[in-house]
Amino acid sequence: MAERKEIEIDFGRVETERMRLNVGPQHPSTHGVLRLEVELEGEIVTDVIPHIGYLHRCFEKISENSTFVQVVPYIDRMDYITSMNNELPYVLGIEKLMGIKVSDRIESIRVIISELNRIASHQIAVATFGMDAGAFTPFLFLFRDREMILNVFEKLSGGRLLYNYIRVGGLLQDAYPSFKNDVLDIIRKVRETNVEIMNLLIDNKIFIERTINVGTLPADVAINFGCSGPMLRGSGVKYDLRKVEPYSIYDKFDFEVSVGDGKIGTVGDSYNRNIVRMYEMEESCKIIEQALKFMPDASEDVHATFPKKIAPKGEIYTKAENPKGELGFYIIADGKNKPYRVKGRSPSFVNLSVLPYISKGYMIADLIIILGSVDIVLGEIDR
Amino acid sequence: MTTKEIFEKLKNEFNDDVISIFDDGMVSEPFITVSSKNLIDIMLFLRDEKGLMFDYLSCLSGVDYKENFTVIYNLFSIEIHHRLTVKVELPKDNPVIPSVELIWRSADWHERETYDMYGIIFEGHHNLIRILNPYDWEGYPLRKDYKAPEEYHGIKVPY
Amino acid sequence: MESNFILELFGNNIWSYLIIAVIPLGFVTLYALVAILGELKIASWVQDRLGPMRTGWKGVLQPLAEVIKLLQKEDITPTNVNRPLFNTAPFVVFIGSFAAFAVIPFSSKFIPADLNVGLFYIFAVSSFGVIGILMGGWSSNNKYSMLGAIRSASQMISYEIPMALSIIAIATLSSSLNMNKIIEMQSGGFWDWNILGGNGPILKIVFIPFLLVLFIVYFIGSLAETNRTPFDIPEGESEIVGGYHTEYSGMKFAMFFFAEYANMFVVSSLVTVMFFGGWQSPFGSFLNDPISQVFWFVIKAMFFVFVQIWLRWTLPRVRVDQLMYITWKVMLPFAFVAFLGVAFWSMIKP
Repeated sequence: MAERKEIEIDFGRVETERMRLNVGPQHPSTHGVLRLEVELEGEIVTDVIPHIGYLHRCFEKISENSTFVQVVPYIDRMDYITSMNNELPYVLGIEKLMGIKVSDRIESIRVIISELNRIASHQIAVATFGMDAGAFTPFLFLFRDREMILNVFEKLSGGRLLYNYIRVGGLLQDAYPSFKNDVLDIIRKVRETNVEIMNLLIDNKIFIERTINVGTLPADVAINFGCSGPMLRGSGVKYDLRKVEPYSIYDKFDFEVSVGDGKIGTVGDSYNRNIVRMYEMEESCKIIEQALKFMPDASEDVHATFPKKIAPKGEIYTKAENPKGELGFYIIADGKNKPYRVKGRSPSFVNLSVLPYISKGYMIADLIIILGSVDIVLGEIDR
Repeated sequence: MTTKEIFEKLKNEFNDDVISIFDDGMVSEPFITVSSKNLIDIMLFLRDEKGLMFDYLSCLSGVDYKENFTVIYNLFSIEIHHRLTVKVELPKDNPVIPSVELIWRSADWHERETYDMYGIIFEGHHNLIRILNPYDWEGYPLRKDYKAPEEYHGIKVPY
Repeated sequence: MESNFILELFGNNIWSYLIIAVIPLGFVTLYALVAILGELKIASWVQDRLGPMRTGWKGVLQPLAEVIKLLQKEDITPTNVNRPLFNTAPFVVFIGSFAAFAVIPFSSKFIPADLNVGLFYIFAVSSFGVIGILMGGWSSNNKYSMLGAIRSASQMISYEIPMALSIIAIATLSSSLNMNKIIEMQSGGFWDWNILGGNGPILKIVFIPFLLVLFIVYFIGSLAETNRTPFDIPEGESEIVGGYHTEYSGMKFAMFFFAEYANMFVVSSLVTVMFFGGWQSPFGSFLNDPISQVFWFVIKAMFFVFVQIWLRWTLPRVRVDQLMYITWKVMLPFAFVAFLGVAFWSMIKP
């Protein structure tokens, strides 16, 4: 569908009333407590106003009143399905401020679990996207596999959703002996299922027809709106912080930055945003394989580099490539054990702000598809 | 380009409006402080000038320092891959700053959030209303002197 | 030949007609339980999980538990709804689909009402449901319900045209609208079923493609008629929450649910009658006594119910404009051409 043209009907001024529809806060496919105020003309969306804040938990205010270590569990709760990824930029930022260098084993475990969590997050994204399109079965296939990743995280940290595993100067505890085998199992299974999902959902004619040319986001607009992650790469911009500003040990690994190629549909539409996630799962598998090779086998004390006292001084903007996009923290530390200010720049928050721009003129069913392709988590938007 | 080079370039163009540079060469983020008077021109220059090309506003945050409010712009260039932090200091009694929403659309929600949390007024923003807090919330929660209200619509706030 | 064994048994009086009416009702109830269990178990089979396992052996009593749950539920009528319409809508929908059972030929010896316009009758009463859905959607005083009802009405009305064309084609081929007549035309094993060209000389293989197209058109149309995936846009839960039944709960919701399942059987049995020989045994006269005929008929119809369930758990949903595109620009021309082909065949057929 192209942009909506102005409807001009001349005979007797036929004009129907525009309808205001509240999509959410309780709606099956707003992925949380998001409220969209939608103006409809028949089935056509003429305006969308997102109202957020229903899940606001005062992350920034709480951080100012807790110590640097106590902030980490709250960061887990920002994007609650990619907790491992969330912890990474914050911890790296504090370590950079304090000049802590951690061992190779710790770094590679961090990378492996981040990439595993990226796979888990993309699985949820593709699954819920399929569900928004009305396909229920891929959802359960992907959740079945995500279970394996959660099992590994549970063995590592004791938690299945909120891990609090990456600590300043180390990890909660060292990886267990069969960790490598478990991760290799997961990679094999993920690749297997991705083939299945491609056949069942992504290459399905109905699915393609539903998602191509829907919510097209041109590259320059995406950059101007500050979009990041699969949203920006779906528009064809090769921007991935793991390549652009490598943090941790990402510069040691060889992987491709997947972008929306427009083989099907146009670059920047919902289909391409989604297919980028499928490609990225494969790239994550590659990174994990290399990281497993890189990881020293000998078990070691992951608490060795723990600082005695965490009281850094200085200001830093630390960022990392979250599955949803660029997760940044502006941390101001004034030498006390509590941060003076922590600003969370959450990817979903910025990505969602482009929704009104890309969803005008499409149908209400497309609006749901577009929202699904943006892949938001309300915990992160509202913080 | 390093922050130092950018600072010199800006100083040539805007002399007095570009106030100072902080770069201790340590881990701390180097930043440039500019005045809010000519902010739009400076930001447009940063975005469009060849060799700078800061086309991506990563983050916009407000800070309540003891003596002033500060708005921090974290810029990034997807073209050239370099980053810059710009700070604008605002007086506490009248925190007004021009909006950069029309330069980077990502500033739209960030500015609303900063207004919501600090009460900093972004002049020229098309829709400066609260975003995370309820629309009828009173006070600016992230200010250091903020006291939580006793109740909100009959709901006790401090639990 | 008397086409109803009950009339033979009890004579032509009011009691026999009551019994005749009760049998399909009992059948629908039983069938709905089986179909719900089928839906649950097929879904879990497709999705690589177990499905209900706790109620009874392997969860076979689950549909019964669901029915009891729905019966016990509080019957909520929201404020500001149009009460009379809101309360009658589910029953109108159910009546529409149950009335169709009047002409469903379970066996050569049992067809509740042997109308000579059976096919036409089914087509007439099954569009009854649209009125119920519109009533329910409009009276709910809910924007989602309204959207769902309008979508449903436009969808059903559009899809009836290609479906009607395939029905006309079959009526032309069999030169009858009577269900039993259509089936009797297809006697003599599966080779004489309408899907394989019907009863006729070997030349019929030329016309098999036309009938295949008609079958596909009719089956796709029937999916849309029963609001099943991929055409479940009137109730697409990810877009418009529940569509026309958003505001319904308890037994009234169960009636909508019940009607949907009954409708699935009606369209499946119509496919069976029109293309797959109805109650005829696939092996000619082998196992073609009235009792086995019930078995053949139910097994064939249930197969198409299974296909519908299978499709639901496999395919995503189409969009409203794509739905209209499929019916008006794809199915309708195909149906026209196929209809012409079949009409030509029935003209030259000896």
